[in-house]
Amino acid sequence: MKKEGEIEFIKDGKRVDGRSFDELRNIKIDVGVLKRADGSCYFELGNNKVLAAVYGPREMHPRHAQDAKMAVVKFRYNMAPFSVDDRKRPGPDRRSVEISKVSREALDPVILREYYPKAAIEVYVEILQSDAGTRTAGINAASVALADAGVPMRDLVSSVAVGKVGGEIVLDLNAVEDNYGEADMPIAMIARRNTITALQMDGNLTKDEFEKGLKLAMKACQQIYELQRTALIGRYNKGESAKLKDSGT
Amino acid sequence: MGLEIMDDVRKDFVRNMLSEGDREDGRGFREYREISLKRDIMNKAEGSACVKLGDTEVLVGAKLEVGSPFPDSPTEGVLITNAELVPLASPEFESGPPNEKSIQLARVVDRGIRGSGVIDLGKLCIEEGEKVWILFLDIHVLDNNGNLVDAAALGAIAALQNIRVPNEKYGLTGEETLQVHDTPVAVTMVEIDGTIVVDPTCNEENAATNRLTAISNADGSLSGLQKTGSYGMKEETIVEMVELGIEKAGEIREKFLNVPS
Repeated sequence: MKKEGEIEFIKDGKRVDGRSFDELRNIKIDVGVLKRADGSCYFELGNNKVLAAVYGPREMHPRHAQDAKMAVVKFRYNMAPFSVDDRKRPGPDRRSVEISKVSREALDPVILREYYPKAAIEVYVEILQSDAGTRTAGINAASVALADAGVPMRDLVSSVAVGKVGGEIVLDLNAVEDNYGEADMPIAMIARRNTITALQMDGNLTKDEFEKGLKLAMKACQQIYELQRTALIGRYNKGESAKLKDSGT
Repeated sequence: MGLEIMDDVRKDFVRNMLSEGDREDGRGFREYREISLKRDIMNKAEGSACVKLGDTEVLVGAKLEVGSPFPDSPTEGVLITNAELVPLASPEFESGPPNEKSIQLARVVDRGIRGSGVIDLGKLCIEEGEKVWILFLDIHVLDNNGNLVDAAALGAIAALQNIRVPNEKYGLTGEETLQVHDTPVAVTMVEIDGTIVVDPTCNEENAATNRLTAISNADGSLSGLQKTGSYGMKEETIVEMVELGIEKAGEIREKFLNVPS
């Protein structure tokens, strides 16, 4: 978190990009966009452009990392070098290793891993364009891609960040708010069960602000869940109607 | 493979004890192990501390070197937090490049320090755009018996509190000490079968469904949170843990960090 400087985060009850405090950026979800992957999803959150692919269940390599009781979920969060203002050196850095771990743990609870002992379920998330909130976009995309791959799941996972800017608790921080705001708290949850599967916070919040932020994020996850669900239904309905057309009915 | 069976046996052991209201070392659910903190024990480091949390032992060394600032913050010094889980400290640790566990440990400790504004990075600037102090916090785990985060975070703030700025080494003049503006304390709790337990041992960490670290400041506000674990948690549990974390942090701060430096 950097200093606030002279940025006026809140003006006439609106944020720098004109949104209200509890408003998400625009979300666009495309399902099944990649040919080779078993499942895939393209996810846009404002200016974030994220692609997720799922492979598996398939054999786990290296074998010593196999789990005799359940599938291992591998999650790789990777930023394209051109996804940020100053070119990012390719390959994993400490930030992406931590995000990969947190994201994997966000999805683990919904995947029926015990169906596939010794196997690997691989999730690859590529950040093509970054504008704050990439990890939440990645988790949302991965969740849809897992469903698209037909991986047995208990439910979908939805994710969003809340934060504090100009003294206010706001939803889904944009890049300016993230860089110069006072706090950032990404969460992931199983929306239909009100169960939180990921929680991080950096910056500074009072206990009351934390509780308010958590509630705000949980509410927004319900909205995101509906969008994910609609995208998945749309994808498979479209497939059905295309097939019907082909057979002449 | 044999080890995996032992893991399950130990998990059951911990669970059974908890269900009878007991912990493997006889502590209360909300009780820390005995903490000992020694400061300024390494004379090559500009600041250092050794924390013992029961049998867990972590050494933290702070080094100050002169270097270049990041291009996007030419008037600020640099804080780099690093953790090494050396194979000496546990049969489970292997040598090699940092893995996700050591990276997470370092980044959670780092987050607590940044979030609370402990160090004014602007004060670490020597010459705008050219020369700044690079502050390295190196966490060296010596004995892992659970809850490395709390031990490392306590060691980190204690090491910062006794830093001597090596001005003469670089032919500089300036303040001899570093102002430390807050005292963030990390408190880690685990959830095992719905029971919340503070300061987990290794066996308790393994038996736990989830782990939550809450880092809080002297004014009771939060400067960092991290959930770990492959299970979902209820909102009420998280809120309860955060409250408990703030309370416990106050006790530790009172005892170890509120010292005139």
